[in-house]
Amino acid sequence: MTYEEIHKILKEKFGDSVGELVNNPPSDPYVEVSAEKLFDICLELRDNPELDFDYLMCLSGVDFPENLQVVYHLYSMNKKHKFVLKVTVPKDNPKVPSIERIWRSADWHEREAYDLFGIIFEGHHNLIRIFLPYDWEGHPLRKDYKEPETYHGMRVPY
Amino acid sequence: MTTTKFIDIDFSKIESDRMRLNVGPQHPSTHGVLRLEVELDGEVVTNVIPHIGYLHRCFEKIAENMNYQQVIPYVDRMDYISSMNNELPYVMAVEKLLGIKVPEKVEYIRVIMAELNRIANHQIAVATFGLDAGAFTPFLYLFRDREYILWIFEKASGGRLLFNYFWVGGLANDVYPTFKEDVLNIVKQVRKTNKEIEELLIYNKIFIDRTANIGVLPADVAINYGCSGPVLRGSGVKFDLRKDDPYSIYDRFDFDIPVGTGEVGTVGDCWDRNIVRMREMEQSCRIIEQAVAQMPDSGDVQAAIPKKIRPPKGEVYFRAENPKGELGFYIISDGKDKPYRVKGRAPSFVNLSVLPEISKGYLFADLIVILGSIDIVLGEVDR
Repeated sequence: MTYEEIHKILKEKFGDSVGELVNNPPSDPYVEVSAEKLFDICLELRDNPELDFDYLMCLSGVDFPENLQVVYHLYSMNKKHKFVLKVTVPKDNPKVPSIERIWRSADWHEREAYDLFGIIFEGHHNLIRIFLPYDWEGHPLRKDYKEPETYHGMRVPY
Repeated sequence: MTTTKFIDIDFSKIESDRMRLNVGPQHPSTHGVLRLEVELDGEVVTNVIPHIGYLHRCFEKIAENMNYQQVIPYVDRMDYISSMNNELPYVMAVEKLLGIKVPEKVEYIRVIMAELNRIANHQIAVATFGLDAGAFTPFLYLFRDREYILWIFEKASGGRLLFNYFWVGGLANDVYPTFKEDVLNIVKQVRKTNKEIEELLIYNKIFIDRTANIGVLPADVAINYGCSGPVLRGSGVKFDLRKDDPYSIYDRFDFDIPVGTGEVGTVGDCWDRNIVRMREMEQSCRIIEQAVAQMPDSGDVQAAIPKKIRPPKGEVYFRAENPKGELGFYIISDGKDKPYRVKGRAPSFVNLSVLPEISKGYLFADLIVILGSIDIVLGEVDR
């Protein structure tokens, strides 16, 4: 299935929660979806036999000047098609529903995005830091991140 | 008068039959600085919690402050035993953003190098897996052979493990004159040793007893957990990005995708994951032979690109079949000479997350074997 056909199925089912298909090569086409409907959209993408997205390739957080974004790269093992979803959330309330129950690979990816960007995935069973120590302050991949001077009395910057 | 204060403990809530054991962070057979929190019921594993991050360097943050070319050495240090394979998707992602095509000769050299490095990686994987199961001798044979491959890399790029050899638009430099003969000699040597390893290790009764029917990973669970590479193929799923989502010039070669069949046990057990790696080495040899035969002798090894790369605004997710699985790079460009965001989708990171699922209910000694069969490199898990 092409990106357009997949987008049409989603648009019919979820209406305004699904944005327009943005396609400007060489970038992959993507669709912006609303955070509220994300879980249902992902469930539809996985369980609709025509779409059959059984494999989450990648989940990445991105820090833009105004807001935070989560990007989902999906792939179907049987149908061999791809799709890209994006969810944009404000910086002062970065809450995205967790899709860990749909694709288990999202578990660690969401913990990584929480650790490095501070995006809160609601409904995640164990949303704790994965790379950094549990008592670390700040989220390093934010563009305005300033590393602390000391951590438990140890100097941080080289 | 003082009253005695009793500590209020509800003894019925304490789980006294379970033991928590800390493995690591530097257990010799954990392939790096990984810490496992293991919950044991007697000798049976009831839960495993991996704690990672001991090697975290935040490569993604470093990459945001570098030119596109300067990121390549950092990409090397993700999976430091198959660096060539790491560089390939990164440079191809940037080339896709730039919309450039590299010369024919470059594509062939890249494929040969990547496949040689795949062999080197699988040699380590099989060797250390043997070590985990208690077989020391195959380790020596395989490490000797791997050294021959590293000599080729050293002659071509100057480095044994970290190469910085694939550049955006081409290669750092051309290969040396006797490259083709050396590569074909390696292929011969690899085949000879693999035959010995099959007799010594793979079909050894003790080895089969230690690995067959252990750590069974069903195919649907593997896909749901995002597993890729030999871990997924060991579960019988015929999925290889070189065939299913071809990149570079892999569509020109004739090779098979080995999958686990449950030959001595169940489909998706440790033995299956290991045999996939053994059979893949043979397929890599086939690709190398074809590539050497087709490779043009003369030609440029650098496409004409400006010194300072400024890809147009846009984003790209490019994935390639690393020896350990699907390595993807998600690069966002904002039109400047530095990437706005680089995300590395590391196969070891995703494959490791399945460990708690497949190790429950097996003995503690099997846990080390299961971990060895996943074949992780902590440099890539932690990035």
